[in-house]
Amino acid sequence: MNDNAPLLKIRDLRIEGRSDETWLPIVNGIDLDLHRGEVLGLIGESGAGKSTVGLAAMGFTRDGCRISGGSVVFDGQDLVSASADAKRALLGKRIAYVAQSAAASFNPAHKIIDQHTEAPVTHDVMDKAESQADAMELYAKLRLPNPDEIGFRYPHQVSGGQLQRAMTAMAMSCRPDLIVFDEPTTALDVTTQIEVLAAIRRIVDEFDTAAIYITHDLAVVAQMADRIKVLLKGDEVETADTRTMLAHPTEDYTKSLWAVRSFARPVKPAVAEGSVPLVSVRGITAAYGKVDVLRDVSFDMHTGRTVAVVGESGSGKSTVARCITGLLPPRSGMVEFDGTPLPADYRKRTKDQLRQIQMIYQMADTALNPKTRIGDIIGRPVEFYMGLKGRAKRARVNDLLNQIELDPDQYYHRLPSELSGGQKQRVGIARALAAEPRFIICDEVTSALDQLVAEGILKLLARLQDELGLTYMFITHDLATVKAIADEVVVMKDGKVVEQGGKAEMFRPPHHPYTDLLLSSVPEMDPDWLTDLLAERGADNLGDAAIDKM
Amino acid sequence: MIVVYIIVGVVALIAAGWVFRAAGRATGRPAFRDMDLSTAFGYALGAVVVVWGIYAFFFVEAAVFFRWAVQGIIGFAIAAWIFRFIGRHVGPDSVRRQFRAMPLTASFGILTILIYAIVAIFAGVLAPHGQAEVFANVNVLPGGDPALGGDPAFPLGTDQIGRDLLSRLIYGAQNTVGIAFATTVLAFLLGGTLGFLAATVGGWLDNLLSRMVDVLMAIPSLIFALLLMTIASAWAGSEKWLLTVYMVVIIAVIDSTRVYRLARAVGSSIVVMDYIEAAKLRGEGMGYLIFREILPNATAPLLAEFGLRFCFVFLTIASLSFLGVGIQPPLADWGTMVRDLSQFINFAAFSPLTAALPLMAAGAIALLTVAVNFVVDWMLHRSSGLKG
Repeated sequence: MNDNAPLLKIRDLRIEGRSDETWLPIVNGIDLDLHRGEVLGLIGESGAGKSTVGLAAMGFTRDGCRISGGSVVFDGQDLVSASADAKRALLGKRIAYVAQSAAASFNPAHKIIDQHTEAPVTHDVMDKAESQADAMELYAKLRLPNPDEIGFRYPHQVSGGQLQRAMTAMAMSCRPDLIVFDEPTTALDVTTQIEVLAAIRRIVDEFDTAAIYITHDLAVVAQMADRIKVLLKGDEVETADTRTMLAHPTEDYTKSLWAVRSFARPVKPAVAEGSVPLVSVRGITAAYGKVDVLRDVSFDMHTGRTVAVVGESGSGKSTVARCITGLLPPRSGMVEFDGTPLPADYRKRTKDQLRQIQMIYQMADTALNPKTRIGDIIGRPVEFYMGLKGRAKRARVNDLLNQIELDPDQYYHRLPSELSGGQKQRVGIARALAAEPRFIICDEVTSALDQLVAEGILKLLARLQDELGLTYMFITHDLATVKAIADEVVVMKDGKVVEQGGKAEMFRPPHHPYTDLLLSSVPEMDPDWLTDLLAERGADNLGDAAIDKM
Repeated sequence: MIVVYIIVGVVALIAAGWVFRAAGRATGRPAFRDMDLSTAFGYALGAVVVVWGIYAFFFVEAAVFFRWAVQGIIGFAIAAWIFRFIGRHVGPDSVRRQFRAMPLTASFGILTILIYAIVAIFAGVLAPHGQAEVFANVNVLPGGDPALGGDPAFPLGTDQIGRDLLSRLIYGAQNTVGIAFATTVLAFLLGGTLGFLAATVGGWLDNLLSRMVDVLMAIPSLIFALLLMTIASAWAGSEKWLLTVYMVVIIAVIDSTRVYRLARAVGSSIVVMDYIEAAKLRGEGMGYLIFREILPNATAPLLAEFGLRFCFVFLTIASLSFLGVGIQPPLADWGTMVRDLSQFINFAAFSPLTAALPLMAAGAIALLTVAVNFVVDWMLHRSSGLKG
């Protein structure tokens, strides 16, 4: 075989998706070459068709989609016209796939190692005992704790990051020539993400595997890929080497993607000494059942400012929000609003107290009733709190829609399903504003959105704060967002406040070691960032291990 | 000996399937290339059944009922196709869009339900005679041909005390379907409200209601209904209409346990949504939560369950009537008609039309059940967003 021929050659790939009775194009003619040992990054916002292309590289389409043209040639064999048997012989053995959510992709009823050995045994690459021994070796290579034992656990018994690494090991089980990674770290915390990224990179290097790495996170793709291909609405925008692409993007769209991370608010003057905080959390200890999730948490939030609460999942940052809103009455401690204590249970609060504190949720999909029209979603708090009806209510809703930059005539009668993710999040903001609150809790409001859209939401929130003098509590695990919008930062870990203070001092050393770990784990656009970081931390001192040492 | 025939038959079918697939592969179509032998066997079996069916339809003299069934199915299919064609081209845009994506089964179901509804509502106009009217001509045979013992005034004949069977069949739609509908609505009001309440409030109320429902569900429903009907008939005494009311309530309560289960399950997956939390934090009351936030999101599964439940209630009423404790004479009812006319099935060899009499009432029940299920399937399919 000619060594210069690409391992995977996609030419003029066209994919269509079924919508009611007609077929709509999803991918309009993509070309792609992938050589042995090369990692190609596919980036783009949601709906760009990057996952669809990734699956098509394995000759596969989702239900309701079809390949309508072009060819996918893997090692000389066209997968578009190949028979099911021929594809079955390739998939799992020579082409493997790592999905976004390992937790959803493992079968919960079987042990991890049994799922690992399935492919090698089916494809006659190894027998079961060999494959088990090999699995343990791979687990060790991927730096999973207790590699000899971890495979014999069930998927729910290991953490998300470990599961994602186990899935990478599984994809490696037959030593494939090509692996498709579909957003393997998107669902993970920054500290866990590092381990998975490092593991993937190490193993891809070691076995000289070609890979397609799909993500919407530019900083991640900068670490992983040799070449980057940018997709937009099923079309290719540009392709270039990672370094070239980062340094000199040619297309406007790529430049706008690169520019997103530059959004930052002007620093506000320090809070005057002795002023009464708008919301004050005083020594809260809270528990679900018998397990304490918050231990003696205290911090203040002053009028007109944004306090970012950061920490990885399970650190208790959302639980603080539940205590403030009164959904989870704390075991001890209390919440003061404007100097007066709030009743612990939301059912005991007055309508006015409820009105003052509003929430914006992470998943706009579940935060808006899918059967209620936009006008009614926003109109309900207007009617409920302000007592407005009929024309006055309609006028107020129109005002609110204008404030969130949606045209009232166009959107008033729509259902949430007829809106994009960013628009839904804006409606969530309008619903909170409709109550005319002074304090808004934003729970990971941008983490489910693409970067361009997320930036728009952050700018909107910043503008509303300036106009209306709102106070935000901003719960997030994304430190880029914190840098962009926060005035003060509260770092949480294991239900305790680790460090708190103004943004400037938080981002300036010296830090609490945990803050340091969080900060240094945020991927940067520099392609050498991961390499440097690993060298600095020492390969064994990653994530889990690093946290355990604290 | 028969075993040998079966084995030979199966082997022949497998061979036929293999030949079929090989022939298909020669044409080079990808559908044949990825076909496994069991699928090919299925095609061969299907072909044999179709050929046998055509043979029986045209050449076997005795297969009268088979011929009727085939004609009936083709007739219904044509009617459903015409109905769908009209729906696609007449009426407001929203209705036309519904019809465009509708499978033939669903349009058949809707057409049938419409016809039943019209017959039930206008029974008094459509029926040639009253349901309790007794004529002197007893046991007139169906067909309306005097030479064969029929009478043109009674196209389906009369029963053993001289009531017109066609009229009773038409009035049966009103009684059986009407009572079944009322019962199902009652069951849904009861079970749905309690189920949502249990899901929203949770805690001890949920436990109390659920355990009560468990107890009711633990008793076999038909036997339980029979038992309660026996008690009710003692209470009702000579007031026949009161017994019907009792029956509606008893069946509604028994069936509401199933509705409760569904409403609670659907409701509890909705109450964890963020929009419910947002509404709670707004300070909304229980009524708003249940009827404005939860109910609109639960309509699809509840509507589907309504269709199924309606069939079950309908069958329960027919069973109770067949056993003699359901709808009381002289009200016409399909379940009772099946029981009263069941002897006629013995005449199948001599007069197929006469033997079909009990089957007509049974067929009316079966047809409605099938129609409702077609519509329910279609709605479930749409609400779950399944493709293909």
